[in-house]
Amino acid sequence: MSIDIEGISKTFGGFVALDNVSLKVPSGELVALLGPSGSGKTSLLRIIAGLETPDSGRILFDGKEATKRQVQERQVGFVFQHYALFRHMTVFDNIAFGLTVKPKKIRPGKQEIRDKVNKLLKLIQLENLADRYPAQLSGGQRQRVALARALAVEPQVLLLDEPFGALDAKVRLELRRWLRRLHDEIHVTSVFVTHDQEEALEVADRIVVMNHGRIEQQGTPSEVYDHPATPFVYDFLGSVNLFHGRVHEGTAQMGGINLSSPEYALANDAPAVGYVRSHDIAIERQAGDPGAIKAEVRYLLSVGPLVRVDLLLPDGNRTIEVDLTREEAERLQLSIGEQVFARPRKMRVFVDDYQI
Amino acid sequence: MAWSSGKNNVLPGFTPALGYTIFYLSLIVLIPLSALFFKTATLTWDGFVAAVTAPRVLASYRVTFGASLAAAVINAFAGVLVAWVLVRYRFPGKKLIDALVDLPFALPTAVAGITLASIYSQNGWLGRYLEPHGIKVAFTPLGIAVAMVFIGLPFVVRTVQPVLEELDQEIEEAASCLGANRWQTFRRVLLPTMLPAILTGFALAFARAVGEYGSIIFIAGNMPMVSEITPLLIITKLEQYDYAGATAIATVMLVVSFFMLLCINLLQKWSRRFAE
Amino acid sequence: MMQVGKMTQRWEGKGAVTEPTWVRYLLVTAALAFLALFLLMPLAAVFVQALDKGWEAYLEALKEPDTISAIRLTLITAAVCVPLNLFFGIVASWAIAKFSFRGKSFLITLIDLPFSVSPVVSGLIYVLIFGLQGWLGPWLQTHDIKIIFAIPGIILATVFVTFPFVARELIPLMESQGREEEEAALTLGASGLQTFFRVTFPNIKWGILYGVILCNARAMGEFGAVSVVSGHVRGSTNTIPLQVEILYNEYNYAAAFAVASLLALLALVTLAIKTVSEWKMQQSISVAGKER
Repeated sequence: MSIDIEGISKTFGGFVALDNVSLKVPSGELVALLGPSGSGKTSLLRIIAGLETPDSGRILFDGKEATKRQVQERQVGFVFQHYALFRHMTVFDNIAFGLTVKPKKIRPGKQEIRDKVNKLLKLIQLENLADRYPAQLSGGQRQRVALARALAVEPQVLLLDEPFGALDAKVRLELRRWLRRLHDEIHVTSVFVTHDQEEALEVADRIVVMNHGRIEQQGTPSEVYDHPATPFVYDFLGSVNLFHGRVHEGTAQMGGINLSSPEYALANDAPAVGYVRSHDIAIERQAGDPGAIKAEVRYLLSVGPLVRVDLLLPDGNRTIEVDLTREEAERLQLSIGEQVFARPRKMRVFVDDYQI
Repeated sequence: MAWSSGKNNVLPGFTPALGYTIFYLSLIVLIPLSALFFKTATLTWDGFVAAVTAPRVLASYRVTFGASLAAAVINAFAGVLVAWVLVRYRFPGKKLIDALVDLPFALPTAVAGITLASIYSQNGWLGRYLEPHGIKVAFTPLGIAVAMVFIGLPFVVRTVQPVLEELDQEIEEAASCLGANRWQTFRRVLLPTMLPAILTGFALAFARAVGEYGSIIFIAGNMPMVSEITPLLIITKLEQYDYAGATAIATVMLVVSFFMLLCINLLQKWSRRFAE
Repeated sequence: MMQVGKMTQRWEGKGAVTEPTWVRYLLVTAALAFLALFLLMPLAAVFVQALDKGWEAYLEALKEPDTISAIRLTLITAAVCVPLNLFFGIVASWAIAKFSFRGKSFLITLIDLPFSVSPVVSGLIYVLIFGLQGWLGPWLQTHDIKIIFAIPGIILATVFVTFPFVARELIPLMESQGREEEEAALTLGASGLQTFFRVTFPNIKWGILYGVILCNARAMGEFGAVSVVSGHVRGSTNTIPLQVEILYNEYNYAAAFAVASLLALLALVTLAIKTVSEWKMQQSISVAGKER
């Protein structure tokens, strides 16, 4: 089922949670709503579920108006951030709940419910724990039970609120790969909320980046990562270096680097900021290229597979961060205090007074 | 979620539930209580003042508030001691004692009243040893205070106990690492932390004692000007069909209750100021 | 009051920061002496004096017709008051704990109000409304309806004094449980009533028991308020506590204590059930805590 969100706004007291948000989620996709806390992503998810009512705007499921539909009638599966498992029910009863509250006429028989729950238990690989209570499960197990419970009613849409937020790093990694595989199997339209860019990049078909109640950008993970539409997106996805300079008639001058930025052909000596990801900077010994800046190696640090280099710019008080691969670092054999040249491989210029 | 108002929460039933709550609250509590003020309003100001400041009434205030204050002070000290012992030490029968602390909440006041009266009377278990030494408890203001200590006992214990339980042992370890001895740690670290709870319990015990009737009248002796408490005076006036007098005194009592309630609410707010 | 006992284990017998042994013994002894004097002695005295004249006299006193009728009236009163205030308590705590709205803490204060009003004043206000001199007095008299000095007055005054018991237990309990479980039930298609009975109720049942048992104890034991509205007619408008008073004032001490011992037993049972339900509530809260 596809979801259309049209001009949704929502305020809580004086706080604008969502400001005229429109979004289309095509049928069968797995979409991530990515943003910092307070960006409105959870409110949007709860509005899709019917757990909050928008102040204005419409929600359409498969092109049909659903804004006024009660939460019970929306047939959404919702996985809560803290799972919200019924603590007085066993794992089995939790999963069966949605089936047992159906009106008598359409409620499946006891045996049918049992078969269905057992199938789901198998899917989440917890067949042996059917009689446990939520308190007796680990975080990852609870998360999977919550997911099975949501899937039991065969929802048209699956909504997940920070699904991996409360888990430790290793379980989180396992579970998000599992979720991705699961989605490839069942293909239910899914939306999940996260503040973790890595999670969004790895799991989602599409990423919707939100900030201050608005959508900053949407696209495939590589679109969003490689071509950020706004400074905010640049900043939020991955670590980034800033160069301050000016743009004049389509040419930007950034701390000794000139580059063409045709999108600002009309700019007249406007202040601008250049954004470069730390792994998009090459370090060289020779000043072979006019696009390179002289800098001094300040600090070297191995971070897992990468080597982080802090470079001090010639003005003496600004530093930039560069991530080198191990190989690259081996080849260069940098030492602290050494003079090198840094060449941004890719820079995006925004004329804006946007500050990080 | 702090912002959501009742309306846009999807859980069902807010309007009828709140509606019924306000309806029932008005019917049982607010309208009857307001009757007291309306009745008072029919008195003239001079009549009201005369009724609430008659010598016998003033004497009853002195007895009631004096004994309540004394009882609340005793309860503050004893309550901290009991709470401390229940939280910090291990001794046989502790769970039972812990449960029994609430006895004054659960034991009907009339039962407490006749029991205390009989214990402290001339031939009672304690009275027979106290009276020869000139300590008369039953039928004196002292007896009133004893009854008030009994009914106020759980308040301080039950407000201080959770605070003590949640105190992090690291705080005391930090204090002793910084060179404080045990008494200094108690005085300078623990007591200030417990103080809001102690004061809250004190105020609750005091408020309860001021309004108490059943457990006191049997032991008080009820001598006008000497050992007559204000609630009893209200009943006496009522039995003499002096509705105006009863109402006037009751209004004073009610205003005192409201004031105590306000104090207790402020104290509770204050005690949460360090809460995370 | 619900968290009592949770972390006690941690403190007992820990070495590094504690008092010298003699101080500990002194404090424990002082506390136990105080409790023995003010709690255990009165409790023991009730039963000892009740059996002062032997078992037969004890049973005889309880079989007295006036006593039986007082017991019946007390049971009737509790049977009316407890369900009324139970229903109110559940409804009010649903509105207060699961929703946020303006004026909420003021509403909670109003609900607690009957606790801070003197029992005598609680009785008086009903006399002022329904008594002969009261607002509705003349009208009631012409229609031959008796409220004050009759059973309805006793019930009304008891409803007033027991009003907050269930609500004040359930509000903090339900607040601590949040509303995610209810929201989850709704997304799974449960109706409002299904959500309440299958998700909310199992989580608060021990809190309900706790509130009900305290409400019941007070309803059966209330003295001051009932004394004002009852009229003290033997065999008809006397509750157990009032019967105790009458017997005591007639110097019939053994009988008075025999009847009082019923109420003392009720208090002990109340404390026992209260302790169990407190323990169960703690469990359900700490389980919820673990899930967070």
